[in-house]
Amino acid sequence: MKILVCISNVPDTTTKITFTDNNTQFNTNGVQFILNPYDEIALSRAIELTEGGKGSVTVINVGEASTEATIRKALAIGADDAVRINAKPHDAWFVAYQIAQYVKQNSFDLILTGRESIDYNGSKVAGMLGELLDIPSVSIIKKLDVDGDKGTVEREIEGGKEVLAVPFPFVAGTAEGVAEPKIPNMRGIMSARTKPLNVVEAAGVKNNSEILSYETPAPRGQVKLVAANEAEKLIGLLHTEAKVI
Amino acid sequence: MSVLIYTENAEGKFKKSTFEAVSYARAIADQTNTNLVAISIGDVANDQLSLLAKYGADKVLTVSNAQLKNFVNQAYASVIASAAKKEGADIVVLSNSFSGRGLAPRIGVKLDAGVADGAVALPEISGDKFTVKKTAFSGKAFATVQLTSANKVIALVPNSYQVVEKQAAGTIEAFSAETKESDFKAMVKEIVRSTDKVSLPDAEIVVSGGRGLKGPENWGMIEELADLLGAATACSKPVSDAGWRPHSEHVGQTGIAVSPNLYIAIGISGAIQHLAGISSSKVIVAVNKDPEAPIFKVADYGIVGDAFEVVPQLIAAVKEYKASA
Ligand SMILES: Cc1cc2nc3c(=O)[nH]c(=O)nc-3n(C[C@H](O)[C@H](O)[C@H](O)COP(=O)(O)OP(=O)(O)OC[C@H]3O[C@@H](n4cnc5c(N)ncnc54)[C@H](O)[C@@H]3O)c2cc1C
Ligand SMILES: Nc1ncnc2c1ncn2[C@@H]1O[C@H](COP(=O)(O)O)[C@@H](O)[C@H]1O
Repeated sequence: MKILVCISNVPDTTTKITFTDNNTQFNTNGVQFILNPYDEIALSRAIELTEGGKGSVTVINVGEASTEATIRKALAIGADDAVRINAKPHDAWFVAYQIAQYVKQNSFDLILTGRESIDYNGSKVAGMLGELLDIPSVSIIKKLDVDGDKGTVEREIEGGKEVLAVPFPFVAGTAEGVAEPKIPNMRGIMSARTKPLNVVEAAGVKNNSEILSYETPAPRGQVKLVAANEAEKLIGLLHTEAKVI
Repeated sequence: MSVLIYTENAEGKFKKSTFEAVSYARAIADQTNTNLVAISIGDVANDQLSLLAKYGADKVLTVSNAQLKNFVNQAYASVIASAAKKEGADIVVLSNSFSGRGLAPRIGVKLDAGVADGAVALPEISGDKFTVKKTAFSGKAFATVQLTSANKVIALVPNSYQVVEKQAAGTIEAFSAETKESDFKAMVKEIVRSTDKVSLPDAEIVVSGGRGLKGPENWGMIEELADLLGAATACSKPVSDAGWRPHSEHVGQTGIAVSPNLYIAIGISGAIQHLAGISSSKVIVAVNKDPEAPIFKVADYGIVGDAFEVVPQLIAAVKEYKASA
């Protein structure tokens, strides 16, 4: 079984998001970049599924050379090899297009992505990839098992869950529940240095979206405190002032 | 030209978020001086379909056959894209629900369209320039994205646009969809619904508990308060990581982003990752025994106190309020 895990390089979750150049650029100054937490879960599941010689795990990233630390981390966690498509990831369409080109030349049984990237987080790459390859795409996946040449997945739906059977090859966008994130051990970190990381040039593609500017949510006003023994006053305020109950 | 709205149903009924998306799509049709065509897939009765006229659908296409009974995004995307082509719709709107998020990217590729997921406001259209405000950085920011393609797909965040009544003809027509065999490879085996509960992404009120509640055995009062308010229950990440609550309740940057009218955070410190998921809430209430807890920096109302004393009082106060209302 050959598994491809798509990984993105995102600002650490503790990052306070700010912008520069008149709010047109994300301010990366002092920002620590990490492996997208959902991709970490996808990778961890891929490693579990292929353990004991049952297959191989390739990680792929569309990014500039600066993402290599994150790619090495994925190799240290246990991926067998890595591919970097050398380009700035313009948007989900650009990323999905590049990965689809790679998959068409190197077939995989299972392609995993995170449910979303925590930076531009469109949860779009999985679906676009599925469409470009004309194969099923399922997300948000909380459980993923394989049996022969098909997978069984549990998908989150509003107020419940759905179980689907999906034949290989397919794309799954994974979230918590699929696996516990694996932490690289010393041997993993050592071997990551020598595992193959192939750099591939990007294919040209027409863009159809452009981010023009950013803004942060409007600051909220001062908190109105109510004494601990005046719960009924709070409920009153929520009714008469905030008008939410 | 026209605007096409995909009207998602849950077990044959439209949800509030669907009507929000219809109202939103109606406003776009008005902005662009075109018609609004709705498409409904699966078994939905006529009395439900006729509700779409109330929110401005000029025409309602219905597609119902045994194969399309269950949601399979690949097949549904084919149906919606073929309807868009047939109706000459250059803008497709859907709800940014779990299903909507599975559909939008596939429809985008089929129609060679730019996709604005997570839209929170009406597009601004001037001449050829079409921009939409959407969430970014997991709720920590918004981005204004320009869709430069001729066709466009927009997924609207639930609870970010008001339902507006605007009567239109809403003529119901059967639509015969173009799908192909390979669209149906993924097979739904089982659907498990916890129907007695309000679903978190749709909820107008959310009661959320954190590590301050000490253990799963103390969630009874959270559930009781939520039931009284018709609210969904939620939690912080460590709570679901510890298995006190299911992962589907975990709110935040790496969980669900919610945008309810009222978010009540009980025993939650207000870590930056948690705040990311709640920043679009209209009103935030915090109950925490630590007056310095960061949650009070974003809360609109707060009680500094012990949850084990405050929550039972809140429950009593809501009961009293309901009895008098
Ligand atoms: C990669 C990553 C991603 C993350 N993503 C998320 C995410 O998406 N969502 C999320 O929530 N967290 C996330 N976190 C975790 C986050 O950093 C915090 O650890 C977490 O939000 C804290 O949860 P908490 O507020 O329940 O617990 P704590 O921080 O332990 O806070 C408990 C609070 O309860 C109060 N308290 C204690 N006893 C009482 C009492 N009797 N009555 C009233 N108040 C009381 C305390 O004063 C305290 O403020 C993430 C962390 C990482 C590293
Ligand atoms: N630049 C990238 N390179 C490789 N995979 C990516 C990239 N960006 C996003 N992905 C994958 O697509 C998933 C969803 O991302 P998004 O559609 O941006 O929310 C992520 O969890 C990754 O698995």
